[in-house]
Amino acid sequence: MPIGDLYTGGRNPKPLHPDQPAWCAAMASRGWTVPEWPAEYGGGGLSREQSAVLHQEMRRFGAPSPLFSFGISMLGPVLLKFGSEAQKRRFLPEIVRGEIRWCQGYSEPNSGSDLASLMTRAEDRGDHYLVNGQKIWTSHGDEADWMFCLVRTNTSVPKHEGISFVLFDMRSPGVTPRPIKLISGASPFCEVFFENVRVEKSHRVGEEGQGWAIATYLLSHEREMISGLGSLINGTALAQRALKIFGTDADGKLRNAALRHSLARFELDSAAFRITLAQAARTRNAAGMGAMASAVKYFGTELNKRRNELHLDIEGATALQWEARGPAGEAWASDWLRSKGNSIEGGTSEIQLNIIAKRVLGL
Amino acid sequence: MPLTLTEEQDMLSRSAAEFLADRASIAQFRVWRERSRECAFEAELWREIALMGWPGIAISESLGGAGLGLAGLGVVLEQLGRHLSVTPMNSTVLGGATAIQLLGRAEEQAALLPQIIAGSLTLSLAWDERPHFDLFRVETTARSTANGWLLNGCKRGIADVSSVDRFLVVCRLSGEAGDRAGLGVFIVPQDAAGLRIEVTPMVDGRNCGEIVLDGVELGAEALLGGAAASATALEQLADIINAGLAAELLGISEEASARTLRYLKERSQFGKLIGSYQALQHRAANWFVELQLARSLVQEALLALDAEPGSSLAKQGPALASMAKAKASQVAELATNEAIQMHGGIGMTDAHDIGLFIKRARTLEQAFGDQSYHLDRVASLEGY
Repeated sequence: MPIGDLYTGGRNPKPLHPDQPAWCAAMASRGWTVPEWPAEYGGGGLSREQSAVLHQEMRRFGAPSPLFSFGISMLGPVLLKFGSEAQKRRFLPEIVRGEIRWCQGYSEPNSGSDLASLMTRAEDRGDHYLVNGQKIWTSHGDEADWMFCLVRTNTSVPKHEGISFVLFDMRSPGVTPRPIKLISGASPFCEVFFENVRVEKSHRVGEEGQGWAIATYLLSHEREMISGLGSLINGTALAQRALKIFGTDADGKLRNAALRHSLARFELDSAAFRITLAQAARTRNAAGMGAMASAVKYFGTELNKRRNELHLDIEGATALQWEARGPAGEAWASDWLRSKGNSIEGGTSEIQLNIIAKRVLGL
Repeated sequence: MPLTLTEEQDMLSRSAAEFLADRASIAQFRVWRERSRECAFEAELWREIALMGWPGIAISESLGGAGLGLAGLGVVLEQLGRHLSVTPMNSTVLGGATAIQLLGRAEEQAALLPQIIAGSLTLSLAWDERPHFDLFRVETTARSTANGWLLNGCKRGIADVSSVDRFLVVCRLSGEAGDRAGLGVFIVPQDAAGLRIEVTPMVDGRNCGEIVLDGVELGAEALLGGAAASATALEQLADIINAGLAAELLGISEEASARTLRYLKERSQFGKLIGSYQALQHRAANWFVELQLARSLVQEALLALDAEPGSSLAKQGPALASMAKAKASQVAELATNEAIQMHGGIGMTDAHDIGLFIKRARTLEQAFGDQSYHLDRVASLEGY
């Protein structure tokens, strides 16, 4: 099977290759879409070492990852840690099999960096909540089946204490997603509006008011995921393009000294980043990278912005043509513009620096 | 977070820190620098260091060393950087012993390395002829004579110039400045006839200077290895030295960072600790991240230069050595500049220790190639 684009599953799956659903189902039947989750919830029940062997064997056969989802990377860890037994039994196996596609309802128009100020209101109606408000920057909000969402259940306590973490079906009456067009063009991001949406109390994860603790637990997972961008960064490919466009001088050096200098500096910073990531991965404990996740998120996203700026330096005006494509199909213009969001989403660079200053440096 | 990966390195790092804090601290450096023009290091201190086995850390056990590799030596160099200690570890061990291991024949190694390990022989490489390091741009000549060799030329930037027993002088046997072939390394006693030493005091207070070789006559045995050195071996020598200097630079950055962080938590202005201001917090946090990246590169470079020849990690050695030196230099510049700025006026005074770090960092950066030298080399190694 060729390594295609990632398969995301869901109620109305859109496979990018016809074999993807069957491959996902075959792997899910052994729990190997999420090898380290407990077998009782559909996971593979493998240890970390066994899981590493599985991935090693998959790489050897060139087998693609069977399933990529926010259910696996974000909601699953939350349910395993904070969910009730009933919630685990209901939702985890669906995630393993890729049957339900999840989206995240966090940011709001007036709650960006100050996420805890969120205003989407969940009114107590006995056995259920009535949700009103708006989320923004919801990835694939228009395609997802269910949402995990932060809502305000109490307005008379400090802001961090009045938040709860709830789950609901995107088909519920009163849920309206609307796609957002970015400076880079079409995007997976949506605004999602809620008008008297009924959410069962049994679909609240954790206690009422525990939402913030869950949210921060989840955000550190998201940061590690976003910083994964950096491990894909390859300075050599940039240099090859630069050589093609500028050529070399009599000494065999790139005929643009300033660009050559920037490329070398980028190359050593990306090498430093890759090595740092590998070391952090080796030494991380079950709770994740901790504050190192902020360091990695900060530098990785800034590095990716630099990479995209270098594309512009190398390709010149061509890179600003909407329809121009690189040798590997890269859309330089929209990739470059999209990269500006890397240091905003998942906690801005400034927020990461705040976290490092406070938690690591003790300032 | 020190540059250690194993328990053995951890113990070495801790005992080095303890010893240096007691015997080669910044307070002791201040006393010593008053007479650094005549004397490059304390002979008694060097004897004590030799007793602990530091000169032999990276030398293989078969040659009388501890066999802890460059990674082991890096751990000690990092601590020397943290304490701004003055010892001949760079000149004699990182430069001298490495040169003998890479270029010397078995009998030369057997004769010289035990003396270095015992602390009874000190050496310093004499390579530079210009204000910038340039590996193959060597014009100092060595002409073959009936009895041996005749050396003529001028070398500069030689560490510990007043106190080492012998110089390892890089000379041109054939070809022209810039040629990769035709260089050889000569062992020249500091009292050789025709050799003149001139001290050029540097900003960091360490002993450093020039030698003029005016028709210095040497026996045939003075040429290390008995023949011209291969370009690869000379590059490897410079790589090891640069990785070691990067470890020392990292130590300087770490200490400057720790001291500045303490100051941010002590100093108040406008009724608040200055560390509570976000303008300083963000700079300190960025500085912390850069330090982690520099440490990763230095650690990887040390491992690569220790790796089994021919392994994939060893093949990255040259690029990693240059990357580590360039990154450690960049971060040391950031750290020592920020250290002074964040200390404010007191940081500008000679009485305060923080200003000593910037001086040592810059002299180490210049030795064996500064940032632009190594960025240029990285680009060349990667083919652009």
